[in-house]
Amino acid sequence: MDIPLIEIRNLTARYGDETILDNISVDIMPNRITVILGASGCGKTTLIKNIFRLYQPSSGSVKIFGREVTDMDELEYEEILKRIGMLFQNGALINSLNIFDNIAIPLEQHTRLPLEIRDRIIRVKLKQVNLAHTELLTPAELSGGMKKRAALARALVLDPEILVCDEPSAGLDPLTSASLDNLILNLKELLNMTIIIVTHELASIHRIADHLIFLDQGRVIFTGTLAEAKKSTLPAVESFFQVGTF
Amino acid sequence: MKYQNNILYLSGNLLKGSIPGLLKQVSHFTLRDLHTIDLQDVADIDSAGVAFLDEIIARTGREQVQIINKSPQVAQSIETFSSLGLKKPAVPARQSFFYQAGQFLYDWWDSLVWGTYLTADILYWSVVCLFRRKGLRKGAVINQGILIGVDALGIISLLSLILGLILALQSAAQLRQFGANIFIADLIAISMVREMGPMMTAIIVAGRSGSAIASEIATMKVTEEIDALRMMALDPVRYVIVPKFHAITICMPLLVTMSTLIGIFGGLIIAVTYLDLTPIAYLNQALNILTLKDVLVGLLKSLFFAWVIVIISSYYGLRVKGGAEGVGKVTTLSVVASIFWVIVLDAINSLIFYF
Repeated sequence: MDIPLIEIRNLTARYGDETILDNISVDIMPNRITVILGASGCGKTTLIKNIFRLYQPSSGSVKIFGREVTDMDELEYEEILKRIGMLFQNGALINSLNIFDNIAIPLEQHTRLPLEIRDRIIRVKLKQVNLAHTELLTPAELSGGMKKRAALARALVLDPEILVCDEPSAGLDPLTSASLDNLILNLKELLNMTIIIVTHELASIHRIADHLIFLDQGRVIFTGTLAEAKKSTLPAVESFFQVGTF
Repeated sequence: MKYQNNILYLSGNLLKGSIPGLLKQVSHFTLRDLHTIDLQDVADIDSAGVAFLDEIIARTGREQVQIINKSPQVAQSIETFSSLGLKKPAVPARQSFFYQAGQFLYDWWDSLVWGTYLTADILYWSVVCLFRRKGLRKGAVINQGILIGVDALGIISLLSLILGLILALQSAAQLRQFGANIFIADLIAISMVREMGPMMTAIIVAGRSGSAIASEIATMKVTEEIDALRMMALDPVRYVIVPKFHAITICMPLLVTMSTLIGIFGGLIIAVTYLDLTPIAYLNQALNILTLKDVLVGLLKSLFFAWVIVIISSYYGLRVKGGAEGVGKVTTLSVVASIFWVIVLDAINSLIFYF
């Protein structure tokens, strides 16, 4: 049996008196696409940010690649982050840099590859996300969908073992959304990547999900495959798949 | 509108435009015993009209008030827009004085601890990154140097010249009365080198570059760019703040030197044109009165001012909350705090070196 790539145990996050994540314990298994879903405001993005220490959890533990990271030294943790790529909800491209320089950041900082090799890698990544010839544009010159794809190229530039996508299809037209999903599926096959996707787009879930983690009001109420989720009698899960999207 | 036998008869259209008038009319009736609202003559109703009906029902204090003779369209609107049963959000209870005082102290302490950590982090990495370039972006220091230093040359030169002219003009009239014209050089040289040059430059840099630093970092925070850097295993302090720290450390003494020289030149213009001094006499007097200590203290002050501006701007930038409004707020706060601390530091400096 596979060992989980990410183990989350009793993770709780509070802001003041409000509990955003309540005692979450789940495993993310390798080489599959895990979709974290649930209604808007249920804590999906907060969960991701707590797992990867962008927010400090109130309690609980997170193991990534078998190592406890909650209290890990910053420099040590950076070594783990180098094996992870993340696509943020709004892309989070550095606005003062052009697309090429944005994608070059991880290569510049974490490799000693010569410039000509870096150039080639960046061009390939941009082609993979259908953004060839946009290298010299700034993020402000790109549409919402293009920004997301450029950010995906940046997340993929070091060929990470784990790819995390926060609402990759939100705000995209169905065609762009489908092509992004196909790209994610290809990457998983090609690079044996473990992919975590936060979404509530039903069409996207149908296309890509291997495993689902369903959140409701900060709690995990269901984990399993898409087929199992469709058979679930839990009201929140049932209504999600009946209505379509929240 | 008619109120008879505890039945309210409404007529016409219950739309946004007519509701204020209807509400005034209805306030003339005592609705305590109202049990029915007749909508036979109501042709059209919108969400304001439904809210009006709900308000009337609420004023009766009854659970049930019948609405009769409504057309299907009106009935559908009432069903869609009815606010009955929707609870008002509970107003949070006002916290006690002690709670608020405790919260204030806690926030203050939290800010102090966080600020101390950030300062230590910036200072540590600024030194380490001199020898280890890892985590810094190539060319970032030069870019920042252009933004903080080169681009500020024009405004600092102009203001320093004006300042030199004003200082000289204000004192020239007094000095002339006593025949002490030559001492205009002493006054301008000492005040520009010790005080006005470093302070003026610091205030302009705080307003110009400090605000830019705070707003840039705050925007990066709210658009998740800072989080993205963290996820790329990059320390935002090293990647974003340290280049600014290095750039301002180089630029500030240069800007102060230039500001001081131009201020002295401004004094020279007045000395020559108004006090009939020769340029040579003015410059000789200025050079004679200045000591090495004056120059070094001025430059040292400029370095402290520069660091304070970067640290305070970064602090506020990273502490931003909310969206665009939050960015504006921290930018203003950073400028105010930077100028405040520049002046406080200047006072401390004067006490240490000249008291």
